Amino acid sequence: MTPYIRDKKVFGFEDIPENTAFEAGYLVTVNSGWRSIRPVIDREKCTGCRQCYLYCPDGVISIKEGKAEIDYDFCKGCGICSKICKLNVINMEEER
Amino acid sequence: MAKKFLSGDEAFAEGIRLAKPDVISAYPITPQTIVVERLSEMVEDGSLKSEFIHVESEHSALSCAMGASAAGVRAFTATSSQGLLYMAECLTYASGGRFPIVMMNANRATALPWNIYGDQRDSLSLLDSGWIQAYAENAQESLDLALMSYYIAENEKVSTPFMVNLDGFIVTHTYEEVDVPEVSLAEKYLPPYQTKNKLDLDEPKNMAFSAGPDHNYIFKFKEHRAMLDAVPVIDQAEKKFAEIFGRKYTGLIETYLTEDADHVIITLGSIAGLCRETADKLRAEGKKVGVIRIRYMRPFPVKELAEALKNVKSAAVLEKDISFGNEGTVYTNVNSALFRNGMLIPVYNFIGGLGGRNISPGDIENIFETIENGTSEKVNFIGIEVNPQ
Amino acid sequence: MSIGAKDLCTEEFFYGHKACAGCGGSLAVRNALKVLGKNAVAVLPAGCMSAVGFNFPQLCFGNNAIISTFAGTASMLTGIEAGFRARGIENFTAVGFAGDGGTADIGIQALSGAIDRNDNIIYICYDNEAYMNTGIQKSGLTPFGAKTTTTPAGKNIRGNIRPKKNMFEIAAAHDIPYAATATVGYMNDFLNKVKKASEIKGTKYIHVIAPCPTGWGIPVSDTVEAAKEIADCGLWYLAEYENGEFTLNHDPKEFTDVAAYLKKQGRFRHLTDEDISIIIKSRDEKWKKIRNEWQG
Repeated sequence: MTPYIRDKKVFGFEDIPENTAFEAGYLVTVNSGWRSIRPVIDREKCTGCRQCYLYCPDGVISIKEGKAEIDYDFCKGCGICSKICKLNVINMEEER
Repeated sequence: MAKKFLSGDEAFAEGIRLAKPDVISAYPITPQTIVVERLSEMVEDGSLKSEFIHVESEHSALSCAMGASAAGVRAFTATSSQGLLYMAECLTYASGGRFPIVMMNANRATALPWNIYGDQRDSLSLLDSGWIQAYAENAQESLDLALMSYYIAENEKVSTPFMVNLDGFIVTHTYEEVDVPEVSLAEKYLPPYQTKNKLDLDEPKNMAFSAGPDHNYIFKFKEHRAMLDAVPVIDQAEKKFAEIFGRKYTGLIETYLTEDADHVIITLGSIAGLCRETADKLRAEGKKVGVIRIRYMRPFPVKELAEALKNVKSAAVLEKDISFGNEGTVYTNVNSALFRNGMLIPVYNFIGGLGGRNISPGDIENIFETIENGTSEKVNFIGIEVNPQ
Repeated sequence: MSIGAKDLCTEEFFYGHKACAGCGGSLAVRNALKVLGKNAVAVLPAGCMSAVGFNFPQLCFGNNAIISTFAGTASMLTGIEAGFRARGIENFTAVGFAGDGGTADIGIQALSGAIDRNDNIIYICYDNEAYMNTGIQKSGLTPFGAKTTTTPAGKNIRGNIRPKKNMFEIAAAHDIPYAATATVGYMNDFLNKVKKASEIKGTKYIHVIAPCPTGWGIPVSDTVEAAKEIADCGLWYLAEYENGEFTLNHDPKEFTDVAAYLKKQGRFRHLTDEDISIIIKSRDEKWKKIRNEWQG
């Protein structure tokens, strides 16, 4: 299962479990605030070769309908995808 | 029920055979070795269906047991002294993770100087590690605690690891006649281990995680509460034990002739026997003396001690331990319990038996005499006349 | 049959973690889990990956995962593997991910014990060549010359004076069923080694180079490039140990420039020509031995 953002984010006294075993893949925060630059894919030119997907340390790139797509909630903007792309169709752009 | 002539180590191994842990991981150290040897033989001859893992250190022994417990199965390990200290990091991990592992610890002196004989500095130095700590007096109690420890540790509310302490050599290597229960009765006593505190393919878990300051504090509170919750469970475990096996135990402490006693020795482990014999002798001479054997150092018998000591004029804590620069650790704990209950009777500390040094009947008589007369310092080293201060 | 990006499951099992941008370790963990799938049971000792993945209530593993003690990756794997078997579960893979310090230093004893027992586990060392989680201190896998916060480069000593421990061959010396080296720069090679390891019974050890931009002093976008270059210039090699034999997977006809590799990284920037010639000499000696003794 891919971890995902849950509704319940705050844990008070009663919610804290008795032991240190908890539901796998329980996310309460995103990482988008880390970015100063963001990868932008030219979907026209992307061939869906999966190299960016394969080398993304955060696993935020997926292939949808033959094209790479980025989950900007969790992309940290490292730029590995942009460097790895042989077709040069991923540009790093300033976050505004 | 079969009567067998067994040492404490062997009796404990018999208890573990009856408790049927799925995974045993242990590393040899004197005077614990006999336990792991017997368990290995039981696995070899098929009388125990456990996975015996020959780990390369005590740290791995407990780490492996924690892995097994995290996988949701019953785990056992055994150690002593330096081995216990070597695995110390894993002790707080196991208690924080609420893994109900049982460990037998053969109480032995800690280096330096090197010494393989019995004192209780190893386990007492780890009182704060979050483990239930019981101290057996003899081989029979060792076997019985092997079974009861799982019953208590695995209780859903408790879910806390359990250390059973046997005095090195005096209990671990002394042969006694021991009742070994039938497997069918043991099965009736101890249900299979079931928990949600486990890695599970159907409901995957992230375990043993970090928790920041706000959350960590609450985890620790709950860990403390669980240890206190063990008190009624210990009672329940002993009642059921008596029903099935016919042997009775008395909870966190065991009292002897304390009802009308003026002067009481409080101690733990095997030395209690000699204290009781001495009390009998002094009683015959008309002295109103009694003995309290602390069976559980954690959870600590705060109320039980206060109740047992309420009419006492003076008391001594006799222990094989010293917290350097202060006093014996058991003494600190006893005084704290009395003070919390508003009791200000004079309590004296007698340190003895370090590194296995003999404590004689005369020493015990002296203690009773001294606390009756109030003629000693508060903290005393048996057989040493020099005042450390 | 070899696998590639297309063969990986679409699920992500290491997601939303707080690793630094461009982290090589997280890339190794992410893809190894995508090869092993949802029934991987992961053990991670204290270190970067556990620190960034398990902060209650932000829990970033989609599969079963647990933090072990620093020294206890392998011993906890052993216990988990035995425990699952005792429950009658067979369709799982016990896999450990420990850093270089957690493997070659504090965890080497437990790892050696597990290999000795031939426990059915996969142990993956993600090697970023220093204690990065605590702020770049020297480990047993820090290479010669590297500047760390405990091997500063000054006038008297120019960084770390000792070469890397050879963990791959140490694992192999136990006559382990399978050991391999890899780098996140050559991902397909790594994926296939993880796949192969998952199909072998007994202990498997994979040592994967996983650059840390923070500790290496490289841009966060250059992790993969650096991880390729370390193999291309011959300071790392792609090899396997199986059935008692070493196999070299890739024998470059020509090495790329070692100095160029080193000078791109902040941790090596202080090295003199003499230091670099020492590194080249030791590389050449190693490769001479590899080429003579290992199957190609």
